[in-house]
Amino acid sequence: MSHVYEVSHFLAGLMLVCSFALLYQDRLLAVLRIFAAQAIILSLAVSWEAWTQGRPHLFITAALALVLKGIVIPIILQRFILQLGIHRDIEKVVGVVLTMLIGLGLAAMSQMLIIGATTGAPAQAREGLAIALAIILIGLLMMITRRNAFTQIIGFMSIENGLILAATGARGMPLVVEISVAFSVLIALFVFAVFVFRIRERFDTVDVEALERVRGDQP
Amino acid sequence: MSPVVYAVIAIPFAFALVLVALPGYRLTSVLNVVASLATFFAGLVLLTVAGGVSDYFIVDDVNIVFIVLNTLVGFTAALFSASYMGHEIETGRVSLASVRFYHAMYQVMMGSMNVALIANNIGLLWVGLELATLITVVMVGLYRTPEAIEAAWKYFILGSVGISLAFFGTILTYLAGQGALGEGVNAMSWSLLHAHAGELDVSLLNLAFIFLLVGYGTKVGLAPMHAWLPDAHSEGPTPISAVLSGLLLNVALYALLRFKMLMSANPAAMHAGPILIVMGLVSLIFAAFMLYQRRDIKRLFAYSSIEHMGLVTFAFGLGGPLANFAGLLHMTMHSLTKSAIFYAVGHVAQAKGTQRIADIKGLSVSHPGLAVGLALGVLAIAGLPPFGVFMSEFLILTTTFARHPWLALLPAFGLLVALGALLLRLQSMLFGEPNEPAHAVKASSIPFALHLVLVLIAGLFLPAALVAWFQRAAEFLG
Repeated sequence: MSHVYEVSHFLAGLMLVCSFALLYQDRLLAVLRIFAAQAIILSLAVSWEAWTQGRPHLFITAALALVLKGIVIPIILQRFILQLGIHRDIEKVVGVVLTMLIGLGLAAMSQMLIIGATTGAPAQAREGLAIALAIILIGLLMMITRRNAFTQIIGFMSIENGLILAATGARGMPLVVEISVAFSVLIALFVFAVFVFRIRERFDTVDVEALERVRGDQP
Repeated sequence: MSPVVYAVIAIPFAFALVLVALPGYRLTSVLNVVASLATFFAGLVLLTVAGGVSDYFIVDDVNIVFIVLNTLVGFTAALFSASYMGHEIETGRVSLASVRFYHAMYQVMMGSMNVALIANNIGLLWVGLELATLITVVMVGLYRTPEAIEAAWKYFILGSVGISLAFFGTILTYLAGQGALGEGVNAMSWSLLHAHAGELDVSLLNLAFIFLLVGYGTKVGLAPMHAWLPDAHSEGPTPISAVLSGLLLNVALYALLRFKMLMSANPAAMHAGPILIVMGLVSLIFAAFMLYQRRDIKRLFAYSSIEHMGLVTFAFGLGGPLANFAGLLHMTMHSLTKSAIFYAVGHVAQAKGTQRIADIKGLSVSHPGLAVGLALGVLAIAGLPPFGVFMSEFLILTTTFARHPWLALLPAFGLLVALGALLLRLQSMLFGEPNEPAHAVKASSIPFALHLVLVLIAGLFLPAALVAWFQRAAEFLG
């Protein structure tokens, strides 16, 4: 049954490619579309796991990923971006080459970490976990290097994509956790929406740098 | 397990549902206090029922300590919040609309912390802690000032990074247990993982612990992942600062301790103790020096929280019944004292209309009562006798000295540095020419007095029953 591994690794690999694309993309709408694509691939990957592991309840997780993160959230955020009139903005991404190199380093590191630590686990779980960790770490890198509130949101949600990939790849992990992840995405969206709204209200910008000017501990 | 155990979760969530529907500040603030008191009693009841384990929940000596402390401070903070937020509404700092869901959120926050504390399933533990964090993010941003939004944003970004890493660590722990316990819910049950700790996959367990340490360590406020903590403490409403410092940090530390217990139950796994010792010491000494540069009174005490959580982490890292006992005691004393200080600081900030230390002068002349209270609180947290913090710090230092004499110098040094900073700041606020404006403060001093009396009693004499209880918990912590 080697095609089982191949398909799931192929899908996970596609998600990783999306992560790299997110890392350098500087136009907001394009970032949003890449994220949507990543979420759709995630739902395919989760469906594949559901099918091959014989755990039909994972289809719920897949459906959540598809509908919420692949369709609903991108549409809401796109509307938001168009309303604010910032869809033409180009965010300056500093040091694309360096960021990409760090991203590559992170991907290699997660391979070495996971493959080294999971000698006892089945091969499918090992590779899937390694790729998921790479997606998580690249998402973190994106949140650190970007200064725009929107792209930080996207970075956070791509981390969640990696987490769901890891959770479904771990065979037999109970449903309670999958629900919780979906739940957390919902709450995260709520919180983020509130903040983006408030940031806009206060500063007329979603650039986080505007926030950094105000800090409580200055003389 | 007797169903009464679930009351500590059921009461807050049930009241939250009611509070969401109710308008008006007065009624909901009273109900909030009632709910918190009921939860506290439910927490006390846990002392009388025998511990038990089910698939999703566990009650043992360790988490009863945390739950009782959590519900007690939750109750006094609710009491303080009722009068404090009332004053904030009167002075127009917050609008009625923005505190519309404040009390419901407060109950959800308390409930989810209790979920985390009572959870036996490591996934549920994570869910509880995550929910509590998200709620506090919203509450930190309550004032909607640019500073509050920046603080909440930073808290959210760093908090979600911590959440993600902790979740990945949870998945790895599950995989580590899968070989011994099979697929499914068993491999996520903490008690089963602990019972079969020797059969867990060691390399996965080690890797998992690194992720959990960074993830939950962010929540504990360990340096260098502490950056969110001072901002969140200083910009949020003061009752929330008290809850953050007194409770949420503890709950995160509790999560870390559960995993440390798994590590120490497996002889082949790496030693978690030295890592905790180093992180604790770095946080302690770093925060002690940072205290000198603080200009905002709430940030000052936020850094003091980092310092004390560092010391507690250090004690638990040292391990063994004695150090664990001292660590538990210090954590309890710190929670009580620090939340008491935040209550006093809340009143001071309202009296002077500012949080800037430079603008708070001559309290002993303008508000003698407040000045005495603040002074007692600061002396207590600085570790001076006869308060309980002195006792627990003394225990930690002597235990360390008995085992690694040279190591004891480092925490002692950090504590002295912090003592200097706190006394310096206290002196500048208490004395000197009182400055304008000075408002009268009409607020309840009961929560503050209650905490300080408890800390004082603990410093003078620890009841034998309490000692026995903490000893059992410390024994179990390993």
